[in-house]
Amino acid sequence: MKNENLYNYILGIADNSLILGQRMGELCGHGPNLETDIACTNISLDLFGQVRSYFQYAAKIAGDERSEDDIAMLRKEREYKNVLLVEQPNTNFAYTLGRQFLFDVYHLAFLKELQKSTDLTLSAIANKCVKEVSYHERFSSDWIKRLGDGTEESNAKMQEAINDLWTYTDELFHQTNADKAMLAEGIGVDVTKLKEDYYNRVNAVLEVATLNTPESKWFQKGGKEGIHTEHLGYLLSDLQYMQRTYPNMEW
Amino acid sequence: MSEEQIKNLEKQFDERIARDEKIEPKDWMPEKYRKTHIRQMSQHAHSEIIGMLPEGNWITRAPSLRRKVALLAKVQDEAGHGLYLYSATETLGISRDELYEQLHTGKAKYSSIFNYPTLTWADMGAIGWLVDGAAIINQVPLCNTSYGPYARAMIRVCKEESFHQRQGYEIMIKLANGTPEQKEMAQDALNRWWWPSLMMLGPTDDKSVHTAQSMKWKLKRKTNDELRQQFIDQTVPQADLIGLTVPDPDLKWNEERQSYDFGAIDWDEFWQVVKGHGPMNKERMKARVGAWERGEWVRDAAMAHAKKKQERKEKQAV
Ligand SMILES: [Fe+2]
Ligand SMILES: [Fe+2]
Ligand SMILES: [Fe+2]
Repeated sequence: MKNENLYNYILGIADNSLILGQRMGELCGHGPNLETDIACTNISLDLFGQVRSYFQYAAKIAGDERSEDDIAMLRKEREYKNVLLVEQPNTNFAYTLGRQFLFDVYHLAFLKELQKSTDLTLSAIANKCVKEVSYHERFSSDWIKRLGDGTEESNAKMQEAINDLWTYTDELFHQTNADKAMLAEGIGVDVTKLKEDYYNRVNAVLEVATLNTPESKWFQKGGKEGIHTEHLGYLLSDLQYMQRTYPNMEW
Repeated sequence: MSEEQIKNLEKQFDERIARDEKIEPKDWMPEKYRKTHIRQMSQHAHSEIIGMLPEGNWITRAPSLRRKVALLAKVQDEAGHGLYLYSATETLGISRDELYEQLHTGKAKYSSIFNYPTLTWADMGAIGWLVDGAAIINQVPLCNTSYGPYARAMIRVCKEESFHQRQGYEIMIKLANGTPEQKEMAQDALNRWWWPSLMMLGPTDDKSVHTAQSMKWKLKRKTNDELRQQFIDQTVPQADLIGLTVPDPDLKWNEERQSYDFGAIDWDEFWQVVKGHGPMNKERMKARVGAWERGEWVRDAAMAHAKKKQERKEKQAV
């Protein structure tokens, strides 16, 4: 492939939306009330819409027979490049919202930078996504405040989720080889530069929510290199089920 | 109020309906009208909500991104239908919590069709095509029903249901024109969903308890049997068109009636499911009640937060 770095770079971005969209989709029909159910489905819908734009572009770059669906659904587990954070399960609503919030803050900052990309397709996608993701960020940070402030029980549950998910935040700012190559070409975003603002924003929301910022400095990484948690394989077996069972068909 | 006065009010009320005027929440209405509407409208709302489960079952496994997005949007539409039908029902003086309570304790019913399992991807096509299709036949007449909030909700709902119906049929077209395996999947789904869809239009007229009164209030404009015939006449040519076979050996065009004759419906199966013993009744209720119970601490927290926020605001104002 001529543009292998660009291809891998797009997959790195898109896989986060794909896996998180899949997780949010699991909840459709099972939310705590109708309003939140609809909101979570909305987030899932936005993310899959983004995924389609990215993978259609990636398919064009790849320039072979692969379609957006082949790229989304026919890779092996080790070939998915999403961060570990987004594949974490919907243990309860606090984990769902905690995961969403910790990703949204990053996602929004990332897209704002990607808007400046010299790659016109990527900057156009970022332009469209930034509106959706600012809504996601507002929704999830509002819920963090609500659950942190709400009752003793909700505060404890939210704190537990944040504590558990915290270990996956640092990976957001790791640079891959594709990142470095794309940064050099003016196409990619320097994620290392997003880190300080990220933790400032997250801490500010946690403070309003009367939640503690975890002190642990032990972080997990590997998702970007395809080394995932055990959760991903099961998620993929659902995601890929039809494409694997009925290969080469149109739906 | 004297009996005489009530009689008078009832007479005026009936006349208003006969003149096609809409009854609005603040208007006087007979107690039986209110109760009947609460029952029917909430049953409809519950059906939308329970109806999210069989299709939600395939969101994570949809075969393509395009189909996944369409299915998510469809199930979300059903949640929206539930939402505005609940709101419309609340105008009759019952709270959402009471309505949920009735659903969760099994006091209120929902459409029995959702007590069947979704086993393959083709079921997403069959449900859209047949189940949303039958729902439209049931609901289009309700766009002119006498209770204003219900009629207005129905106009909005029906528009989206026809979109769902076309989308479902389009899934079936794709499968029917696909590989032999895909076509078989589509035929199998039609086989399983055909009869339950016919049952969806309700028991035969002689067994239907509410028809006469409902007709007067425009809660119903055609009988169950008329609606069923309309559904069959509309759907059989659609099956023919894509080379699928309706699983009824007695199905035959009747030249004289300009309608299809069809075979006997297994009403024992219908009543078994209605009474709670269908293949998925227990699972559907467990999923719904489970989601509600798991969400309790979230709803409590949201309420507590809103209260605290209000208190902080008031304190600041002082
Ligand atoms: Fe409906
Ligand atoms: Fe609906
Ligand atoms: Fe529908």
